[in-house]
Amino acid sequence: MVVMSDIFVQGMQMLLVLLLAPLLTGFVRKMKARLVRRQGASVFQPYRDLLRLLRKEVVLADNASWLFRVTPYVTFAAIWVAAALVPTFATGLLFNWTADLIAIVSLLGSARFFLALAGMDVGTSFGGIGASREVMIAALAEPAMLLVVFCIALVAGSTQLSTVANFVASSYVGLRVSLGMAVIALIMVALAENARIPVDNPATHLELTMVHEAMVLEYSGRHLAMIEFGAFLKLLLYISLIACVFLPWKIAVFGTGPLSYAVGAVAYLVKLAAAGFFLALFETATAKMRVFRVPQFLGAALMLGLLGTLLLFVSKSF
Amino acid sequence: MSSVSLQMACAAGLLGLAVLAICLSRSKFNTAVIYGATLAVATVALIGSLRSLLGDTTTAAGLVLPIGLPWLGAHFCLDPLASFFLVVINLGGAAASLYGLGYGHHEPVPTRVLPFFPAFLAGMNLVVLADDAFSYLLCWEFMSLASWALVMAHHREAGNAKAGYVYLVMASFGTLSLLLAFGLLAGPAGDYGFAAIRAAHHTPYAMLVLILMLLGAGSKAGLVPLHVWLPLAHPAAPSHISALMSGVMTKVAIYGFIRVVFDLLGEPSWSASVIVLILGGITAVMGILYAMMENDLKRLLAYSTIENIGVIFASLGLALAFQANGLKLLAALAFTAALFHVLNHSFFKSLLFFGAGAVLTTTGERNMEKLGGLIHRMPVTSFAVLVGCVAISALPPFNGFVSEWLIFQAVLQSPELPQWGLKITVPAVGALLALAAALAAACFVKAYGVTFLGRPRSVAAETSGEVDRYSLSAMVILAALCLLAGILPGPVIDALAPISVQILGGHMPIQSNESWLSIAPIAESRSSYNGLLVMLFITISASAAVVFIHRFASRALRRGPAWGCGFSDPTPAAQYSGASFAQPIRRVFGTLVFHARDHVEMPAPGDVRPARLRIELHDLIWEAMYQPIAGAVGFSADKLNRLQFLTIRRYLSLVFVTLVTLLLVLAIWS
Repeated sequence: MVVMSDIFVQGMQMLLVLLLAPLLTGFVRKMKARLVRRQGASVFQPYRDLLRLLRKEVVLADNASWLFRVTPYVTFAAIWVAAALVPTFATGLLFNWTADLIAIVSLLGSARFFLALAGMDVGTSFGGIGASREVMIAALAEPAMLLVVFCIALVAGSTQLSTVANFVASSYVGLRVSLGMAVIALIMVALAENARIPVDNPATHLELTMVHEAMVLEYSGRHLAMIEFGAFLKLLLYISLIACVFLPWKIAVFGTGPLSYAVGAVAYLVKLAAAGFFLALFETATAKMRVFRVPQFLGAALMLGLLGTLLLFVSKSF
Repeated sequence: MSSVSLQMACAAGLLGLAVLAICLSRSKFNTAVIYGATLAVATVALIGSLRSLLGDTTTAAGLVLPIGLPWLGAHFCLDPLASFFLVVINLGGAAASLYGLGYGHHEPVPTRVLPFFPAFLAGMNLVVLADDAFSYLLCWEFMSLASWALVMAHHREAGNAKAGYVYLVMASFGTLSLLLAFGLLAGPAGDYGFAAIRAAHHTPYAMLVLILMLLGAGSKAGLVPLHVWLPLAHPAAPSHISALMSGVMTKVAIYGFIRVVFDLLGEPSWSASVIVLILGGITAVMGILYAMMENDLKRLLAYSTIENIGVIFASLGLALAFQANGLKLLAALAFTAALFHVLNHSFFKSLLFFGAGAVLTTTGERNMEKLGGLIHRMPVTSFAVLVGCVAISALPPFNGFVSEWLIFQAVLQSPELPQWGLKITVPAVGALLALAAALAAACFVKAYGVTFLGRPRSVAAETSGEVDRYSLSAMVILAALCLLAGILPGPVIDALAPISVQILGGHMPIQSNESWLSIAPIAESRSSYNGLLVMLFITISASAAVVFIHRFASRALRRGPAWGCGFSDPTPAAQYSGASFAQPIRRVFGTLVFHARDHVEMPAPGDVRPARLRIELHDLIWEAMYQPIAGAVGFSADKLNRLQFLTIRRYLSLVFVTLVTLLLVLAIWS
């Protein structure tokens, strides 16, 4: 019986992230449009886009291999599993014990690995340029992310997200220099990983500036839908991660009943909306940087993460 | 038959096969007989060593042969540590023999390879079994020479002579260091048995022995800056030998390091661990950066071995640090992580070298700039190699991820260390390892993408085909092992427990007690990972997505030309090549580490000369360390050369002056 309810709650979470992810992206787009005094498309536009892509036929390049056709599903699945591992409205869910924060980072790494390969599969220079830039950004973002993980794990004494969230939510953690550095580094990594301004522009197809979009240029139809969906999920994942680790207010503790789950869900929605708004604000206020400025941006994140970790090695109270 | 005599019999059998190969050198069944027999013997040895590792007997079993030094004999012994490394060696050996059954037929001069292949395996087996310093060094030299002969198998190919020469010099240097290390360990009493060395007290020399071991075993394993020979020698040999050298022989070097530093030397000091940690971290990052810049497939793999050796050494350094502070459980965690990575690396590096060999047989090309599109023509090979690439990039649910995860867990436990030096070193090394892991993924995207994906860049790549069934089955078995060790890490960790009990006196919590085959190195609330469930979840959600889409979405599919932005390029040369793929990373890291420069020659408009891009890379370690040494040796040899052509009077006066000087020195000394 307990297992059944566990599976039910976990299933609810997996469905919730799936349903909310396009809405979040739509919301960010709407906010960005409103901030520059445009009307903007409806917040439900991403759902319509996905449906339209699903209904279209796939145009596959002549020499595309099986890897190209499998990648959208593998990528989507890896990101979805990673998103299911992050506590959103409640901690201690069934899957939370399967893997920890390091595994989540690596699952996202798997997704990117396959996407980059698929970018090289057709053999056009666009795929290559996107893949090569994507792995360069990842080569700097991943270690920065891992150092953030180290920081968090050293404070909470665990890499298990449920434990971290419960620790930060329940006890008095206070303002810590190291956590401050970690949150800034994590936001920088999140911007880079989600191909947002200032690292990449999700709305452009101009080949000189694009990274992620160049890599998936060959995709169409249902394949593109899966990849887009994966990207929506990834944005949701990063925001949930930041919310879960740094702002676990009202997150439901495992087994406290439906009411606290409902409160947790509402709090989660509020956090998502706030994060979406700030993302839109930030993106309208900055410009995209040149590709070879990105290493400096991510190097700063890496250094912040390393400094935070070093401080914690020096003393647990930083 | 006791387990140690079984292993010795297998080693003797392998030596016998080497002799048989010489006798059979004119037979046309030579290749099949030797590889088949080696496969059989290696399998027996593998089963034997697995049984002694997994069995309850954690005690060591010894054997003394009446050969070797007259008053000592040759001691051999099988304990859990040796059993584990025998598993690694013989598994690699069996896989290489299976691969060789097919691959060996493409060998133009089989007589240059066949006798040395079983001899090389026997040498590695005997090094691990040796229980006294004399036998150890003898077997070590035998292993080095057999592998040198294999490196020189194709001695006329460009660069191989240099590779063999550099290998020989570095191997001699390494053995010299080992000789000095054992000399210090044996002490003035000169007892060369490992049991006696273990019992003795070494504190005054401990640091010196450790440094000598780092020079000796480290040069064989490929620690930066002693790695220069490795990317020359490993790719020069035939591919299944490369697999053995990279995947297995480097592990024998690691065995030597563990045996001396952890087992024989006694309690280490924490400052020793700082050296090992820093060397490991730097080796990991440097190795993978070299690999990233490389366009020769086999050299890329050899450089990536250097990275993995760095990871293993960093983990061993952590184990030393914990051990020096009496934190047995954490030391066992770091030590187990290192051993796990040893096992994993032997799986995927052998697999990848086999893949490179398959590519080499069917296309005759090692340069990936001339390959591409092989996924269409070599479906099984490319699938197996893809598994190897994912595994080596430390991505879940494969095995590389588990060992890296364990290492990161060990790094996270290190704030408990009291020393300031370690408090600052460990997180920095953790950052270096994270960087190396991320770069490894980039490097293998490049290796796989340029070689197997895209459009073929040469006729050879266009007309290639799948390789024989023996080679394929060797690759598929190793790929399956990569997945198996990744989704069932608990049993592997439990199997490694006797070794950490033997070496460190403690072991990680028994993982088979965890529910659902999870692993939890310290406690579930701190961290846990379940490879099996992760794989199941990915499979289920991917299949769910596929089923949903194929049910409710359009299933229409149209093939068409790739979209070229209005300008469809007709030539495959316009694709991204290995060099262009590495360009962003070259710009970020290369300017500092390699003094990398891009030189562009752009002809004026109207000029019909082609534009040229030249990349300038410097191997700073080679230029700063080895060239001066080689220059100094050459210079002094030139100067001393004159002594060869003296007249008899000058010789006599030289002898006289030397004699007088010696007598004077003696007089003043006493």
